[in-house]
Amino acid sequence: MANYVIILVIVGYLVCLFGLGIWADKRSDSRWVHNPWVYGLSLAVYCSAWTYYGSVGIAATDGVSFLTTYLGPVIAFPLWIIIVKRVVLVSKQYQVSSIADFISLRYGNNRSIGALVTIICVVAVFPYIALQLKAVSETFDILSTSPKSTFLFTDSTFYIAILLAVFAALFGTQTTDASRRRSGLVFTVAIESVLKLVFFLVIGIYATFYLFDGTSDIFNRMTALEGFETLATFENMEASINWYFMIALSFFAIFLLPRQFHTSVVENTASSHLKKASWLFPLYLLLFNVFVIFIAWAGKLLLSQDLNPDYYTLYLPLHEGHQLLGLMVFIGGLSSVISMVVVSALSLSTMISNNLIIPYGFLKVLNQHDPSSNAQRIKNIRRIAIFILILGAYFFYVNFNIELSLFSIGLIAFVIIAQLAPAFFIGLFWNRGSAVAAKVGILVGTIITFYTLALPFITDVFIDGSTFTTAGPFQIALLKPYALFGLDFMPPVTHAFFWSMVFNLLFYLVFSVTRKGNYRERNYAELVVNASRYGQLQENAFVWRGEAFKSEIEKVLVRFLGERNTKRALDLFYRKYDLDPNQEKVDARLVNFSEKILTGSIGAASAKLMISSVVKEQPVTLPEVLKILEENKKTISANKELQQKSYDLKRLTENLKVANDALVEKDRQKDEFLDTVAHELKTPTASIRAASEVLAESEDMPPQLKQKFLHNIVNDADRLTVLITNILDLEKLSSGREVMNKGNYNLKQTIEKAVNGIFQIARKKGVHISTPNLLEITLHYDEDRILQVLTNILSNSLKFVPENTGSIQIDTTKVKNQVHIAIADNGKGIPEEDVPYIFDKFYQSNNQNLKKPVGSGMGLAISRHIIAHHKGRLYVDTTHNQGAKFIIELNT
Amino acid sequence: MKKLLIVDDEPNIVMSLEYAFQKQGYQVYIARDGSEALVIMEKEVPDLIILDIMMPQVDGYETIQIIKQNPAFAKAKIIFLSAKSKASDIDKGLALGADLYFTKPFSVKKLIGAVEALLNH
Repeated sequence: MANYVIILVIVGYLVCLFGLGIWADKRSDSRWVHNPWVYGLSLAVYCSAWTYYGSVGIAATDGVSFLTTYLGPVIAFPLWIIIVKRVVLVSKQYQVSSIADFISLRYGNNRSIGALVTIICVVAVFPYIALQLKAVSETFDILSTSPKSTFLFTDSTFYIAILLAVFAALFGTQTTDASRRRSGLVFTVAIESVLKLVFFLVIGIYATFYLFDGTSDIFNRMTALEGFETLATFENMEASINWYFMIALSFFAIFLLPRQFHTSVVENTASSHLKKASWLFPLYLLLFNVFVIFIAWAGKLLLSQDLNPDYYTLYLPLHEGHQLLGLMVFIGGLSSVISMVVVSALSLSTMISNNLIIPYGFLKVLNQHDPSSNAQRIKNIRRIAIFILILGAYFFYVNFNIELSLFSIGLIAFVIIAQLAPAFFIGLFWNRGSAVAAKVGILVGTIITFYTLALPFITDVFIDGSTFTTAGPFQIALLKPYALFGLDFMPPVTHAFFWSMVFNLLFYLVFSVTRKGNYRERNYAELVVNASRYGQLQENAFVWRGEAFKSEIEKVLVRFLGERNTKRALDLFYRKYDLDPNQEKVDARLVNFSEKILTGSIGAASAKLMISSVVKEQPVTLPEVLKILEENKKTISANKELQQKSYDLKRLTENLKVANDALVEKDRQKDEFLDTVAHELKTPTASIRAASEVLAESEDMPPQLKQKFLHNIVNDADRLTVLITNILDLEKLSSGREVMNKGNYNLKQTIEKAVNGIFQIARKKGVHISTPNLLEITLHYDEDRILQVLTNILSNSLKFVPENTGSIQIDTTKVKNQVHIAIADNGKGIPEEDVPYIFDKFYQSNNQNLKKPVGSGMGLAISRHIIAHHKGRLYVDTTHNQGAKFIIELNT
Repeated sequence: MKKLLIVDDEPNIVMSLEYAFQKQGYQVYIARDGSEALVIMEKEVPDLIILDIMMPQVDGYETIQIIKQNPAFAKAKIIFLSAKSKASDIDKGLALGADLYFTKPFSVKKLIGAVEALLNH
C-alpha cells in the first residue's frame, strides 16, 4: 500500500475523531455523550498498543504470561469500585485534576509530594509514549510499500505525533480548571475503545476461522511444534510466583497509571457510572484476550520466524494478501495509540503545570500579571507540556533505538508507577500515613527499581564486558541487581517489583509510625480516610485558624479566575452560607472555598500556597483539630439534632406531666394516709380519755365496772402502740429503707413457729390448724419478717372463721423454682368487691365480725411489702370458693 | 326522761358515754352504725342523737341526711362526735343540719354540758 494512501486514511480517521470530539463537547449533556457506557468504555484506554500488538508478541514467545496484565484488573475490579468511589468522592469535592494532585492533597496539599509523583509519572510514562509512537511507526512501515524515510520531515510518524499533540491540546486544555470534564475527549476515547476491540476481534476470528479451521485446528497443529509445552503451561513454582506478582502489578496499574486515574476519576461524572463499569471493563478485557493466543499461534505456524511477533496481528492479513484487512488492523492499533497518548499526555501536562511548574517558580509570575492573561498562561503551559511530551517521546524513540519489546517497557513503567501504591492505597485507609513517609517510601522504591532494572540494562548496553549484573557491584554477590540479597529465581521485572515494594512499604510504614505529620496533613488525612463522613461538610470541614481578609483573598481569586468568575463564585459562597458579604474578616470556610476553586486551575499545592500568602495561619493542635471536626460533624447534623431535640422536649414535657400527675396523686394519697392515721390514732385516744374521765368522775362506780373501764383503757393503749409501730413499719418498708435480714432457714420450722405463736388464741376459739405435708426445704429469707407475714394472715383467718368449727390449713408446694405457701380457712371468705383493696393501708372489711377486731388495718399492706422485699408475691386465690385462701410465693 | 341515742362503732367510747349519760338521768339507746340507729328511731324518736361519722355500713353523713328528710324526726337534736377534725369536715357536718360538732378526743363533761344546753335552752 502506498504511503499517501495510508496517510490519507490516517488523516481522514483523525478528522472524523476531531468531528466527533467537537460534536460531543457541544452536547456534553446529551444521552449519547453522558452515559455509563461511554465512561466504562473510556476506561479501556488501558489497552494501548502494548495490548493490541504486544500481547500477541508475548504469547508467541513466553506463552500465557501475557494474561496477567489483564487478569489483574479483572480480579481487582470489585475492589476497584470501592476505592474509586472513595477517590472520586474526595476528588470531586477538592477539584482534583490528577493522581499527583490527589496524593498531594491526601498528604496535606504537600507541594513536594505532588512534584515527586509528577516526576515519577513522567519518568514512567514518557518512554511508554515513545513506544506507542514506535508501534505506529513500525506498523506504518510494515503496511507501507514505499521506501522507508529516515529524514525527519518525510517521516510520517513525526506528523502523526504532531497531530496527536494538537488533538490533545485542543480537547484537553479548553478551560483552565483541569478538574472539569472533557466530554469530547472521553467520547472519542470510548469510540476508539470500541473500534480497537472490534478490529482485534475481527482479526482474531479471521486468524482462527479463516486461516485455520477453528481453535482445535490451531491447537492440534501447535502441539506438533517444538517447545509448545512451555508456551501453554506454567513450568514451575517460579513461574507461578511470577504470575502472581504480575497480576498484583497490573492491579496497581489500573489505579495509578495517570491515564487510568484521569478516565476513571477526573472524568467521572456520576458515581452511578461506576456500577456499569464494574462489569463492562472486565468483560472488555476478557474479550480482548480471547484470540490473543490463537493469533500468536497462527503467526508462529504461518509466518517466517524472523518477523517480530509483536506485529503478527498485522503480518497475518498482509501475508495472505489482504491489504484492506491489514489497514483495518493498523487503524485499530492507531486507535489504541491515540487514546493512550492523548490521555496520558493530557494528564501528565496537567501534573506538570499544576504540580511542578506553577508551584515551583511560576506562581510568582502568575501573581504579578493581570487575570485575563493568567488563564491563558496556564493553558499555554499545559499545551507546551503536551507538545514537549509527545514530540519529546518521538525524538526519544528515534534517537534511542529501543531494544526492548513493547511488553517489557510497559512492565518497567508499571513497576515505577507501582511505587505510588503504598502512599496511595494505604493513605486512603490509614490516617497515620504521613507526607514524609510517602516521600521516603516512593524515593527508596524508585531507587531500588532503578538499581535492579534500569541500571543493569544501561551497563549492559553501554559498558562492554561489564560484570555488574553477573557478579554484582565490587564483586559483592548479595548486591547483584538481578538477584538482590540472594533472591535469584525471579525474572528481572518481578524481582525489581518485589524488592522495591518491600522497601517502599517498609519505609512508608516505619516513617508513618515514627514521624507524625503536622496538623494540616493529619487534617487532610482524616478528610480522605473518612471521606464519606465529611462528604457533606465541604468548606466547613477544613480545620484552620488564623486571620484572613476578604479583599485580599478576592484579589488572589481575581488573578486566576478573572473578575466575573470570582464575583460569581463569591456570590454563591455567601448565599450558600448566608453570610454578610460586607464582613471584612473571614473565617476558615472562605479560605477553604477559595483553595478549592483554585485547585482546579493551579493544583492543590499551589492553591494552598496562594491562599496562605494572604492569610496569617496559626498552627492548630491535634485536640483542637479533633474538636473542630467534632463541631463540624455537629453542624451537619444540626438540623437532625434540632428535630430530635424538639421531639425530646415534647417527650420530656409529657414525661413531666405524667410525673407531675403521679406526684399530685402521691400527695393526695399522703394526705389521705395522714388523715386516716390521725383518725385511727384519735379514736383509741378518745376512748382512753372518755373512760379515764368517767372513772375520775365516778367514785361510786361498782368495782366490777371500774375493772372493765380500766381494762378498756389498757386495750386501747395497746391498740395505739400497735398502730404506731405498724405505721412506722409500713413507712420504712414502702420507702425501701428497711433492709431484710436474710439468712438460710428451714421453711417448715418457720411455719411451725408461726402456728405455735397463735396456738393459744386458736385453741381458745376452738379453731383447728392443720399443717400436713410441709416441705422440708431451706430458703433464703428474713425469718422474723416471714413470721410476721404468716402470723398476720393466720390472725386474719382466725378473726373470720367460726368458733369451734373453724379450721385453717397450711400447705406448701414446689412449683418450678418457687415454693407456694397456701393458707386456706373455712371462714366466710373475702367478698369479691373487697379483693382488690384488702392489701391497701387501713382497709378494713365492712363484713367483720360483731365486734370490731383489734387491728390496725395495715397488716396485709405490710405483709405484701415484706414479700415484695423477698422478690415474691402475696395474693388472694380467688378460685378458692370456700373461705379465704392466701398464697405466698417465695423463690427458691 | 330525755331520750338519747348514741351512734358509734367504738364499743369502748359507747360504754363510757352510756355510763356517764345514764348517771345524768338520760334514757340511753345505742346503735353501732346508721342503719341500726334508724331501726331504733322507727320505734323511739330520741330527743338528741350523738352521731359518729366514720362507721361501717351507713356512715354519719348518710344517717343525718335520712333523719333530716323525715319530718317525724324533726325534734331530734343532733351532735356529731367524730375524729374528723378538719375545718372542712366540721363545716360539712354543720351544713348537713347538725346542732353541734364535737371532735375526738373530747371532754365527757363538756359533751354533757352541751347536751344539757341544747335540750333545756
